[in-house]
Amino acid sequence: MSKVLMKGNEAMALAAIKGGADAFFGYPITPQNELPEYLSHHMPANDRVFVQAESEVAAINMVYGAGGAGARVLTSSSSPGIALKQEGISYLAGSEIPCVIINVMRGGPGLGGIQPSQSDYNQITRGGGNGDYKVLSFAPENLQEAVDLIKESFPLADHYRNPVMVAVDGLLGQMMEPITLEETEKTQAAGKKEWAADGGYGERGYRNRIASLYLDPYKLEEHNLKLKGKYDEMREKEQRYEMIETEDADIVFVAYGTMARVARNAVQMLREEGVKVGMIRPISLFPFPKKAFEALPERTHSLITLEMSLGQMHQDVQIINNGRYKLDFFGRTGGVVPEPEEIVEHVRAALKEDA
Amino acid sequence: MLEEKLIVAGFGGQGVMLMGQILSYAATHEDRNTVWIPSYGPETRGGTANCQVTISDERINSPVVSEPDSLVVMNHPSLAKFENKLKSGGSLFINSSLVEQDGIRDDVDLYPVDANKIALDIGNLKVANMVMLGAYIAVTDLFDKEAIFKVFDELFTGRKEALVALNRKALEAGMDAVSA
Repeated sequence: MSKVLMKGNEAMALAAIKGGADAFFGYPITPQNELPEYLSHHMPANDRVFVQAESEVAAINMVYGAGGAGARVLTSSSSPGIALKQEGISYLAGSEIPCVIINVMRGGPGLGGIQPSQSDYNQITRGGGNGDYKVLSFAPENLQEAVDLIKESFPLADHYRNPVMVAVDGLLGQMMEPITLEETEKTQAAGKKEWAADGGYGERGYRNRIASLYLDPYKLEEHNLKLKGKYDEMREKEQRYEMIETEDADIVFVAYGTMARVARNAVQMLREEGVKVGMIRPISLFPFPKKAFEALPERTHSLITLEMSLGQMHQDVQIINNGRYKLDFFGRTGGVVPEPEEIVEHVRAALKEDA
Repeated sequence: MLEEKLIVAGFGGQGVMLMGQILSYAATHEDRNTVWIPSYGPETRGGTANCQVTISDERINSPVVSEPDSLVVMNHPSLAKFENKLKSGGSLFINSSLVEQDGIRDDVDLYPVDANKIALDIGNLKVANMVMLGAYIAVTDLFDKEAIFKVFDELFTGRKEALVALNRKALEAGMDAVSA
């Protein structure tokens, strides 16, 4: 199939249609507006539901309702909008309702700015809502990977009965790149959801009920342990990552999304100078790809986390490091996308200091 | 191996985004790798706008163009903003109808194109962008005009179909302007 040139937000919207989204509920925010704009035409044209809600809070609760009724549901937003949706995401996780959330990240905190950022890492992986829950989350580095992950996210959400988030920074939302939208094996139709509150008694003989309220602490503990079982399954099965030139690397970058693309150039430039650098590129943010670090060679002595934030994923690198490697961090924040030269300069300065 | 990094800049309404997009569409048709990124934000008609385009036979990593091989400037403020980014020996295309040439760096190849005037002579100021695009493809030899015509045919459909002939004419006029 030949490639088509598409804008990131529109490509992700189309991927959601291909992935089988029955309904979209959202509220506008830059830099993801082309996504709902595209769906506002194409969801009705494909006999699907598109609703622009009156707020992010309303939108995520519509996701809760439609997802609870058994539909494949999508919402999208950007950082401060995702913050507003956190209560609903906690309810979705607690009630085991599948949904897909696309987050096109911009600078924060607060309203912040509208330029690209990765400062939602903590919000994504720690959860901005209350309770012991996790959101399966992916961070693609290019549009092909983004559309593939979005299509895959719907069956994953159904499998785990849990929200799945695909997080990109604003640059990936705004850029155009060629993509193919071939039907992958991973795109599966949603089967009958026996748990869904479908409004009737069905063959079960009783109405399904969806709630996250457990007044008996022992019952809630049992429920939370059941949820934990799913998160453990994600930790086992869903760690996604790419190892780039790590086989002989003394220094290994850890970077995702657009930052990983910038870092790829820095790897090349430093290797041309004889510095043996590689990179671990996390694709899943939760679960954090610990397995990648176990695959590093003996000779690796330093890890440098690179982020478009002031060091959020770096905390996960610190947790898995356990004193083994020398750790370092470089980041830009507020919507600034660094140039490869800045990373190269940072490494050169660090090497000088060590010498 | 081909790799071209380009910044197109002008004021909102001059069609600078479209110029870059057309190049990325043409590259996609030829199965080359390409990335197009816009400046985005609280931008308005009359404010500055720019896009960055990379076309490569290799995988494109960092999408941001920090040191372009070519720079196309459609108005004077854009020259001031981007002139220093252009790599030494790079190609600088200026819309000489609106951009003053005095004091421009002498370590780059300068291609002044009287794009507004040429567009007006054709009959529509709005195609000044396609005049510049014609000059750009003629000098860089990145695409032949048929490749760009193909993109016109895809972009200008329905009510816009009438624009195909006008844009073709503008592209050819731009090519002629630099081949003299």
